[in-house]
Amino acid sequence: MVLTLSGILFAISVAGIFVNRKNVILLLMCIELMLLAVNFNFIAFSRFLGDIAGQIFVFFILTVAAAESAIGLAILVVLFRERKSINVEELDTMKG
Amino acid sequence: MFVEILFWVFSSLLVIAGLGVILSRNPVHSALWLVYAFFNSACIWLLLEAEFLAIVLVLVYVGAVMVLFLFVVMMLDIKIELKRGQFVRYALVAALVAGVMLGEIYTVVKVRSLGMPAMAAPLPHPAGYSNTQELAKVLYTDYVYPFELAAVLLLVAIVAAIVLTLRRRAGLTRQNPTEQVAVRAADRLVMVKMEPTRESEEKAP
Repeated sequence: MVLTLSGILFAISVAGIFVNRKNVILLLMCIELMLLAVNFNFIAFSRFLGDIAGQIFVFFILTVAAAESAIGLAILVVLFRERKSINVEELDTMKG
Repeated sequence: MFVEILFWVFSSLLVIAGLGVILSRNPVHSALWLVYAFFNSACIWLLLEAEFLAIVLVLVYVGAVMVLFLFVVMMLDIKIELKRGQFVRYALVAALVAGVMLGEIYTVVKVRSLGMPAMAAPLPHPAGYSNTQELAKVLYTDYVYPFELAAVLLLVAIVAAIVLTLRRRAGLTRQNPTEQVAVRAADRLVMVKMEPTRESEEKAP
């Protein structure tokens, strides 16, 4: 049941990445939502298998996600200062 | 039974909040929906007896990360409007991809269990059980190196965020405390030796 819920949450955030493909902040939020879905899996397995290591991993994922969003937002602020826009389609300096 | 009802309530609220995150027009509303999603997941984690992580989720995510998000969203003044037709096209692609992915995940979950009945929920822990204590016992023994690595990672993240957003404006005068402290009297004050002169001699020429 929890696994299905986490699957639904993951699918929602994938859909969010497609719907909001212009706005970098919303992309970051969707990534947070994805990590949350993954954490659900870890916690569910930790609960049902009686192994606390899953919760340790959630702890580390939370740490990494916090660091990631802090750096992502810092990059975003610098980007906005340089380009006056965070529209993904205007960020084509690197011709990717 | 009661726990199951709570689970259904919180999970449906969580799905609604997730949809709110991706479908809001205003990024501020998205961030607030995300806060709501985090609260509901913390409740579900409580039901799954991960009390420490539930509290950490509320404290760290709602208290720190989402506030950071809200700050940045409000600071950046974003106006990105999609044209109506464009949104429908994107939404179609998104629904297609998400549907396929959901189908795959669901199939994996179902097929891997090979029609076995769902695992019975384990017995709840006794009243004196402390999730935080159990977590700490493992975290500070078996996982102490990853723990230290996580600390270093956070330090690097702090430094990186500060260095990235530090702004040096040109033409700004500022104090240099090191120079100010290191200054000596001789640098500022010059004693001049000269012959004494009379007033009348000065005026004469």
